[in-house]
This record gives sequence, C-alpha cells and structure tokens, in this order.
Amino acid sequence: MAEDAPVLELKGITKRFPGVVANDRVDFDLRRGEVHALLGENGAGKSTLMNVLYGLYRPDEGEILVKGKPITMSSPSDAIGVGVGMVHQHFMLIPVMTVAENIVLGVEPTREKLFLDQDAAEERVKQIARTFKFAIDPHARIENISVGQQQRVEILKALFRGADILILDEPTAVLTPQEALELFGILRTLTREGMSVIFISHKLHEVLEIADRVTVLRRGKKIETLPREGATQEALAKLMVGREVLLRVDKKPSEPGEPLLEVEDLQVLDERGLPAVRGVSFQVRAGEIVGIAGVDGNGQTELIDAITGLTKPQSGTIRVGGRDATRETARERLDEGIGHIPEDRQRRGLILDFTLAENVGLHDYRKEPYSRVGWLRPGRLIALARRLLKEFDVRGGNPKTLASALSGGNQQKVVIAREVERDPRVLVAGQPTRGLDVGAIEFVHRRLVDERDEGRAVLLMSLELEEIMSLSDRILVIFGGEIVGEYGPDVTEEELGVAMTGGRREAAA
Amino acid sequence: MTVTPPAQTPEIEDTYSLRSTFYERAGGFFVPFAATVLAFFIGGLVVLITGHNPIEAYRAIFEGAGFNWPYQWLTGQDTTASGRDLQQTLRAATPLILAALAVAFSFRCGLFNIGGQGQYWVGFIFALLVGTHFEGMPRPLHVTLCIVAGILGGAFWGGIAGFLRATVGAHEVITTIMLNWIALYVGKWLFELDGPLQGAAPSLPRSEVIDDSAILWIIWNPYLHAGILIAIVVLFIYTLLLNRTTLGYEVRAVGFNPEAARYSGIGVRKNYFLALAISGAFAGLAGTVDLVGVKHAVDQSDFDTNFVAFTAIAVALLGRNTAVGIFFAGLLFAGLSVGTSSRNLDPEIFEPALATDLATMIQALVIFFVGADLLIVYIWRLRRHLHLRRTQPAEEPAPS
Repeated sequence: MAEDAPVLELKGITKRFPGVVANDRVDFDLRRGEVHALLGENGAGKSTLMNVLYGLYRPDEGEILVKGKPITMSSPSDAIGVGVGMVHQHFMLIPVMTVAENIVLGVEPTREKLFLDQDAAEERVKQIARTFKFAIDPHARIENISVGQQQRVEILKALFRGADILILDEPTAVLTPQEALELFGILRTLTREGMSVIFISHKLHEVLEIADRVTVLRRGKKIETLPREGATQEALAKLMVGREVLLRVDKKPSEPGEPLLEVEDLQVLDERGLPAVRGVSFQVRAGEIVGIAGVDGNGQTELIDAITGLTKPQSGTIRVGGRDATRETARERLDEGIGHIPEDRQRRGLILDFTLAENVGLHDYRKEPYSRVGWLRPGRLIALARRLLKEFDVRGGNPKTLASALSGGNQQKVVIAREVERDPRVLVAGQPTRGLDVGAIEFVHRRLVDERDEGRAVLLMSLELEEIMSLSDRILVIFGGEIVGEYGPDVTEEELGVAMTGGRREAAA
Repeated sequence: MTVTPPAQTPEIEDTYSLRSTFYERAGGFFVPFAATVLAFFIGGLVVLITGHNPIEAYRAIFEGAGFNWPYQWLTGQDTTASGRDLQQTLRAATPLILAALAVAFSFRCGLFNIGGQGQYWVGFIFALLVGTHFEGMPRPLHVTLCIVAGILGGAFWGGIAGFLRATVGAHEVITTIMLNWIALYVGKWLFELDGPLQGAAPSLPRSEVIDDSAILWIIWNPYLHAGILIAIVVLFIYTLLLNRTTLGYEVRAVGFNPEAARYSGIGVRKNYFLALAISGAFAGLAGTVDLVGVKHAVDQSDFDTNFVAFTAIAVALLGRNTAVGIFFAGLLFAGLSVGTSSRNLDPEIFEPALATDLATMIQALVIFFVGADLLIVYIWRLRRHLHLRRTQPAEEPAPS
C-alpha cells in the first residue's frame, strides 16, 4: 500500500441539522490505492459525511483537502471536477437507454456540436472498460441487465468523468452474495490501478474482507480509524454500537414438540402466472426454528405469501396446529395462530402514516377491547402501544408518533411486538433483519430465539446465510421453487452455497 | 444475555420524531394558510395593474361577503345589510362544504372522486321525487325523507364507480367523470319540454316545485336555511367516522398503504366500494340541501350552469381533507363569490365584472399554491435562512 500523502483529507467536519449534530468534528483521510471503509450504524452520520464530500451539503465547520489543496465543494460538479465520484445506493440510470448512452450522458461526444456521436461514445466506453477489466456490453439496455451489472455501469460512469476517488454508498445492499464477490474483485483491480475507494457499509464481514483501513463513526463522531490487520468483527461491532455485542446467537439446543405448521405438496404461481413454488412439503414443530435458505427469487416470497394467506396456492395443503388452513383468508389465519413478520416492513408491515398506536392495532382493531360495535377506543390502543413500546424497548417515539418517524430497527421492533403480542403458534419471519444495524439485529435474533423457547414454531426466511446458520435448528434450501436439501445447524457455508445454486446434494439432518 | 445496559441516549431520536410530527401537523395548517395569503397578494398586484386600490377592493369584497357582520354586531351598529350578505355566504358555503367532504372522504381511501357533480344531481333528483310527493306530511318527516332519499341517490351514483373499481378495477377518475355526464344528460332529459318529469307549466323546461312541507326551515331571516347546521353536524360525523370507527380505520389504512391493509386482512376492494358510496352520500346530501333549502325545483338550464361540486374539489384540497379546514375553505370560497357578486360589491371601488374574475383567479392561485406546497416550504426556509445569516453570521445556536 502506498504510504505517501493522502489523496483526500477531511478535517474537523461538522454538520448540524436543526436539533441534531450529524457530524461532529470528523477527521477522515484516504490514501492512494486503498479501500477505506466507513463503518457505522444507521444514522451514525456516514451518509452525511459523504454528502458533504460530494458537495451535496455544505459543512458548518471543517475543511476538505483533495491532493493537498483545500477545496470548497458547493455542488456535485465541483466534486466531479476534482476527481471525486459517487455511486449511490439507488442507481441513477435511465432504464431504456443503453449502457454506453448512460455512461456518456451529460458529457456526450458530439458531431458538429449537435449530434450524438454514437460510435465515439461506444468506443470510449469500451476503452475504459478494457482499462479496468470490466466485462460489460455497451449496447445492452439498462433494463435488460442485472443489478450487479447496473452497479458496474455506475462505477464506469464515475470513472468516465475522470474520478480517481470513488465513494460507494452501501454498494452490497442490492447485490446477491455472488455479485458482491464480483464487486470486490472489481474494487481490487481499481485500487491496483491507483484508484482510491471509500466503502460505506454496516456489514462487518464485508468490511473485513475488502477494506485496508476502517473508520468507525458513532452518533456523528469519529470513534477510531484502524487497519484491517488485527481487527475482528467483535471489536468493530463494539466500536460501532458502543457496547459489547453478541454476534453469535447463543441458544440452547431445540426441543421440538408436535408439528404446528405442515405444508404438503404446495404449488404456487408468481405474479406473472408462472410456477414459483413447485411441490414443497415440510413441517415446522413447536420449539424449533426452521430456516429457508436460498438465492433471492427462488420462490421464497411466494411460499411465505401462500402460508400467510396472501396468495392462493394452485394446489397442496397448509395445516396450522393440525387444522386445515388452506382455504382460510389472511385474516382468519392471523386470528387463528399465524404471526407474520413481513419481508418488507415499510410496504407491508407498517402503515407509515399511522401512529404507533394505530399500527399495533392493525390486526385487532375490530376486536374488544380495542373497539366495540364498530367504535374504536383509541385509549385502549394507546395503552397497548405504550406497554409494547416499553417491553420491546422501542426508542424515538411514543404511541402518538407516526411510524415514519422511527428508525428502521425501531420500526421492526414495533412489527415484531405486534405479531408476538397476539401469541401466535406459528411465527413466519421474512428477512427480519434486512437493513437493520448490528444492535437491532442482535435484538431481533434474541427475540426470535426467545419465541422459539416459548414453544412457537418459527419459520425464518432470509437471504443472509449467516443469519440462517446462526438461528436455525434445521435448514431447508430452496432452489427453483423446490426444497433441494435439508441440513442440521452444523452445516458449512460451502455446503449450503452449493445447494443454493442448484448443485443438488441431499444430506441427512 | 450478556449485554451491558444500553448506553444510548434517546434525546436525538426523540427530538427528531417530535419535530417531524410537529411539521406534519403544522404543515397541515401552515401551507394552506400561506397559499391563501400568497394568492391574495398576487391578486392584489393584478388589482393594482387595473388601476384600483387593492386594499379598498379586498375590503369591499370582505364586506360584500358579510364578514364584517360580527364586528358590527358587537359594536351595536346597523347589521341589516351585512347580515344579509353573511347569510348568502353561509348559504353558498353549505353545498361547497358537503360536496368537498365527498372528495375528502374518498381521498382518505386513496381515491380521487371527481364525480361529486353527478352524485350531487342524482341526490338532488331523488330528493325532488320525494319532495314532490307525500303532500301534507309533517314537515320534520318529509324533510328527513328527502334527505334520506338524496343521500341514497348520491351513494348509489358513487357506489357505481366504487363497484366498478372493486370488481373490474376501472379507475374511479374515469368512471366518475363519465357518470357525471350521464347524470347531467339524464337530468336534462327528465326536465325538458315534454320530458318525463317536467312540471305543470307547459312551456317551461322545469320540474314540479316541492311541497311546502318538504322545505327546510329558515333559521335566520330572510335567506339562511338550516342547511349550514346540517353541514356542521356532517363535518363532525365525517371526523368521527374517519377517526373513531373501525370503518374509518380501514378506509385510512387502505388509503395510506393498501399493501399493508391487505397483509392484515382488510378487504381493500370492499373499502374502495364503501368509500366511494359514502363519498357519493355526502355529495347527494349537498344536492338535497340545495333543493330543500334554496331551489325547491330545478330548471333544465341549471344542469349547464351549476358546477358547485367542482369548486368543492378545490375546497377539499385547500382544507387538506380535514373537517376544520374544509369548513374555513368553504367559507372562503363562498365569501369570494358572494362578495364579488354585482349585488354586493360597490361598483365605485371595483367593477363587479372584474371582481368575479378576480375571485376566480384567487381561487385558482390558492389551488396552485396548495399544490405547490413544496414551493411554499422552500420560500419559507429561504426566508428564515437569509434571516439567520443576517443576524448570526458566524454561528448558529447549538441545538438544545
């Protein structure tokens, strides 16, 4: 690693928003050819700092030095001008245009200053892709390429504009594990060519895999900058959260009882009417967590929707506590023993414009004591909410706060509180920690294990292998809408990975 | 679990959520208010260009709407003229408020009901049928029957759009507009010369007049009928229905997030139907109150000139779909039109012909600025930002 003067220095950056100090005298530096990870929980000030660097926010105090020269960034074009490029979490690409068109957008090569020079554009894109060893087809339309490839287009866009400092904002959040590995390969090539990368993340294992140095932010302050060598997940988590965090869930071996959820030969179609779940059968018994592992889009969502009554299966049966629930509506199933922590809490789990009291009543508002003959009794809902907020340690709101005002982790706590409060026999959790930070993940995991120990049957669907492996008592691998393997908790990541990508290998649990 | 007690201080999150909740609530009042002020300001500039004094003109419109009545009444002045003006304003506000609720209620379910005018007419015609029959019935009963008929008529017409949305997914904006035209042309056909419901006068395209027993009580001589009281009661019912009943809870849940409603087992389609039917009931009531309070009959030409339910869309928008907001927005719009009518405005100060245009313009500007609420918030922030810079060039106050 080059040890010369930093290509970028942020000194004493302070950014205040009314009522909040988002960055409090943060120092940060980036050396040539390194990947420097910026680690912190949601709301720790990572994005604010990068937006300051990218010219989207003006800092209240502090200075920015690029290659030793103080710079005033007042817009992204200033940042691009000094070689700073940013790849946002949500891509800014035009779906109907080609890769080349998107890359040259705004700086198009022209013929007679009027017409787009298509050939020159493609030639230049090919050239730059070759330089950095990117495999990409400049003619392909954005809408037809994968998310991972779209991300590469974003990176190329920045490089095309002459960036030698790249900011990647949570780049792996949208990627499959395989695509993330490819991204890391690309980043290594880039740094070898002399680029410098700021890698924003809250995932510890990724940071340890790709970063040369790590800077941890917590509640707006820089806590520490440390080299990767010698850093451990536990140490980083402690710096991030400010206290000891249990990354590995400690739990007793399960003592499964009678089967509470039985799925038999289930066939489900997806939204386009194509088979998504093809003849799936399994059981979840009282007091065990069954994890469903798989690459996104292999029928997990449709399976959960069918179990919770949100889609009608083509055929097959679903039994809850021995009772045939196949023909019951979503509400009947919720009322008779299924708790559902939905995959997308903001779209399904909560009504963001409702207060927390209204949200905790989402299933039971029609029942005594929360209403009587059609009249709501808001006082009862508020009392329920107050109790649950306390019991589940929800911070940042009272029963009358709108759900949208809470952080993601606290929103998820509200969802879990509501589902668990109804004392379900079967708890179905879809990606329960998606987008949450370490502290909140710990809480959710602990709670799922507690619910298991209460004697509930827990069905856990997650795209995070680590999560599946640390929580599940049994693991089912779903591929192409079929269960292709069942494993015990001591299976290796490699074994699961092979099964998840279609390398069928049956193993005894 | 070996976790030290959480050391996190919740202050930052607390202030954030409190602030956002405050903005949510304050924004609901602030933006419409600022929109109105801006609209009047720009209207004032236009008055200035036409060579009149905007303050004088606004004052004349204000008095023409009778809004000076409370002041005169309190100070013991002669209130005859201002009282009559105010009565007209309140009378004009009544159907505006009721028809605005038709827009507001469906809006809370995520639907845009543009069919208020059609629902208004169907309610009107149903009430007319009841009002022209049952001669000699006791007045409270006859009036009540008319109102029930009008509500059912409006609910029927709104319910058609709701049914189509719920079953085949036909978009309510399209269907309610089509239903408007159907109601309008059916109405014109019913009351045309030799039409099926033409009244007794053979040469007039006009309906029968409703019986005396179906006419609403006058609560303030000579103009003001009890409709405004009905509107106020209905405003309360609207708020209670939305916020304090399970039906309203479902309607709002579907309006805010249909996917979350579906997840919890709430019948999204059922609520689409109910919301549009109930919406129609509000508009039907607006028509009924106009019939039994003011018109007592209908001319065929009324179908071409009465567009009160369209103005009511603007009232709902300005009132942000809240009962209080709709009440004041209704008064504002009614006051603007009454205050600029040639009968009430002194032509020395501002020509009524111009004033009517001014009223329309101000109404349009209000809607423009309410729609552009982000613009208003931006202007407000900019102002505060400049202010801060001027007074505290070095340091902003630290957050407490």
